[in-house]
Amino acid sequence: MTADIQSVSEPRVSLMRDPRTRGLIIQIVMIIAILAFAAWLVNNTVRNLAQANIASGFGFLSTRAGFDIGQVPIDYTANSSYGRALLVGITNTIIVAGAGITLATIVGFIIGIGRLSRNYLVRGLSTIYVEVFRNIPPLLVILFWYFGVLAVLPLPRQAIELPFGSYLSNRGLQTPAALFEPSALFTFLAIVAGIAGTLVLARVNRRHQMRTGEQRSTLWPGLGLIVGLPLVIFALSGFPVSFEYPEATRFNLVGGWNVQPEFLALFLALSFYTASFIAEIVRAGILAVSWGQTEAASALGLTRSQALRLVIVPQAFRVIIPPLTSQYLNLTKNTSLGLAVGYPELVAVGSTVLNQTGQSVEVVAVWMVVYLGLSLATSAFMNWFNARMALVER
Amino acid sequence: MKEHMTAYVASEQKPALPPPPSEVGLWGILRRNLFATPFDSMLTVVLGLFSLWAAWNIFQWAFLSAVFSGENREACLAQEGQAVGACWAFVHAKFGQFVYGLYPVAERWRVDVVIALLVALALPLAIPAAPFKRLNALALLGAFPFVALVLLTGGHFTVSGGWVAFLFASASLVAAALAAGQVAVSQRLVRWATWLALAAFAVLVLSNLVSSGQVRIMVFRFSGLSLVALLVALASVAASALSTRAGGGRGNLMAVLAAPLAVLALIVLLAGDFGLQPVPTNLWGGLLVTLVVALIGIAASLPLGILLALGRRSHLPAVRLFSIIFIEFWRGVPLITVLFMSAFMIPLFLPDGVTFNQLLRALIGVALFSAAYMAEVVRGGLQAIPKGQYEGAMALGLGYWQMMRLVIMPQALKLVIPGIVNTFIGLFKDTSLVYIIGLADLLGTVRRGFSDPNWITPTTAATGLVFAAFVYWLFCFGMSRYSIYTERRLHTGHER
Repeated sequence: MTADIQSVSEPRVSLMRDPRTRGLIIQIVMIIAILAFAAWLVNNTVRNLAQANIASGFGFLSTRAGFDIGQVPIDYTANSSYGRALLVGITNTIIVAGAGITLATIVGFIIGIGRLSRNYLVRGLSTIYVEVFRNIPPLLVILFWYFGVLAVLPLPRQAIELPFGSYLSNRGLQTPAALFEPSALFTFLAIVAGIAGTLVLARVNRRHQMRTGEQRSTLWPGLGLIVGLPLVIFALSGFPVSFEYPEATRFNLVGGWNVQPEFLALFLALSFYTASFIAEIVRAGILAVSWGQTEAASALGLTRSQALRLVIVPQAFRVIIPPLTSQYLNLTKNTSLGLAVGYPELVAVGSTVLNQTGQSVEVVAVWMVVYLGLSLATSAFMNWFNARMALVER
Repeated sequence: MKEHMTAYVASEQKPALPPPPSEVGLWGILRRNLFATPFDSMLTVVLGLFSLWAAWNIFQWAFLSAVFSGENREACLAQEGQAVGACWAFVHAKFGQFVYGLYPVAERWRVDVVIALLVALALPLAIPAAPFKRLNALALLGAFPFVALVLLTGGHFTVSGGWVAFLFASASLVAAALAAGQVAVSQRLVRWATWLALAAFAVLVLSNLVSSGQVRIMVFRFSGLSLVALLVALASVAASALSTRAGGGRGNLMAVLAAPLAVLALIVLLAGDFGLQPVPTNLWGGLLVTLVVALIGIAASLPLGILLALGRRSHLPAVRLFSIIFIEFWRGVPLITVLFMSAFMIPLFLPDGVTFNQLLRALIGVALFSAAYMAEVVRGGLQAIPKGQYEGAMALGLGYWQMMRLVIMPQALKLVIPGIVNTFIGLFKDTSLVYIIGLADLLGTVRRGFSDPNWITPTTAATGLVFAAFVYWLFCFGMSRYSIYTERRLHTGHER
């Protein structure tokens, strides 16, 4: 008996053959190799920086920048610090990313639904749009808008007149600016109140439906609260707004609100490029909802629009959201191409700072931290949204 | 009564009524597909008018009012009261630059040969029915890069003796391993060969630590010890080769000698003087640079991506953590900052006296960046392989690398071919970014071209960019069609 037990007991294995020991050794060797490589890089960098007489550290952020920036959404002059300049860059990045995401989503959804249309013409044009824009580098499209279209527009003196007192010239788009008086604050508060009221109403209605099965409309009262209420307040407070119209002087258009050509080029190019990807995502999402769902919905007696709203779109969204998130992130990262046309976003401002100070390590670190931060923030938000939309299984 | 009881009973099938006239024929098709509802009809009319207007304008711009020939900007300037469309004369004049950059005109045939070779090797690989896939892949991945390198740069590299010794030592180790795997060999000689190969490495390490006199053999500069290492490595190769013949053995001599012969060919190729005029990389440009960056990027990122994907699914926490951080870092930052990093920081990272040229620095950035994306694609494939495949492989007694190489990877990579092609399309479009850090790729040469004072007109920029867009579009669209075709072809395997 004892002999039998001995023969089935674990055989002795050499340490190198034991998976656990071997895993440990591999990991230790890898960590040592990475640390050694990192130490080698740091060592070289420190020596090279010392040779080039460049002080390391983020102290340069508080010194005077001394360069001007074309588009300044927050207070900035040439006397401001490098840190402030980078902050302007971050703000500009967020502005163009936000605007681009909005337009790309709208265009992308329209084209994506258009690709599934029964109408030959709608389907064909949508397909052409997707296949053309998806296969051309975004940088090229940016340059095309900037050098090919906006730069050859007429001078401000002969600017093209658009409706509502706007002008289009090689200095960009000049639109009337709305100047609000202080009493316009009430209107703003009314909008906020309207939105809050609509949210409460939607919740009350939903609870009512859960309890009694009776549906009450949220759409019209909601519209009344969000649009009607502010309009009434606006009229009551005596229309506290005036418009400043751009005027053509001898050399330039003065007054109003200027949208610079750099912004326009970047915004249009990124929106249309990303829209082509969003269109494909939307199409795939809708196709992913099986035909049986549509049939079941009509068997339940839902109208076509009810079926879309209550059955198909919620399921399609579940498929659409994850890839949509990565498209939003791509657009945000692609705003860095603004550098090519001089739109002062983070990378463009950063490269000016880098050229002036030579602090390449620090500037690159700022870039990386900001973009990683933006990426993580966007994906956190979309994950939260995704979790809300996810299938709740009972 | 009886008559009344027997109501009408059909004794045979009634013929079907003809469909309503509004549903058949041309009018029916049009009605169903263009004018189904009032809203549809409105869309059709509006979009139809828009397409006609757009098509006419594009046609007019590209052909009717376009300028096809001319020497300089004069040709493309608008005459009184007449608009000028595309300035094709500009594209015609700069075409050579768009393709080759500043590559010397007399040497451009070398680029043509490289591109022709690439097409000749890659095309049969892409066509499923073409034979000799293994040999073809070996030629494309093993031989073509070096031939292309020598043709494009002019070759005649200075290979140090240390490198020669290192390459031969590695080859001798491979030869010994291959000999050991055969049955009909003298194991004693193989053991000798292995020890000699290891000794060669030891001497090589020593030669880097201890300085020993200089010897010059042909074009190679050896230190004394590295020469010893080379001789030891050659001895090891000889032992491996002899082992296949020892004692009337009938081992496979060619398999053993393959690695040393390949190394010999490589060294001759790199160090040899073929009378090609050297062309430094700062003269390269246009489509050539675009293709070089894209192809090297994909070739480097695929193996790196596979390793990272395996690392991310590894059971070893340190390996997994490292892979996750690496992948998420590169995926979280824009390529342009990566390129800036490689342009400005790689020189800082390197010790004194070591410099990389600009193209190589950009290539490193592009390769690391696309490796992270490739890793995620490959990971998708790995996750799609059912667990039973892993368990089956382990039950057969395969080790980790055997399991990956023989069972998992062939299935996983086959699944993600479309994903790999899509990554390549993305990479191909992204290569246009290298122009921002000063390389003259296709977009860069076009950009420089339309800033040329000889050619500045209002339509030059648009014409040049439309031309570049068309070239990029052609490549990307072609590849995406191929990806769809592969997807369909591979999909059939899953249907019963």
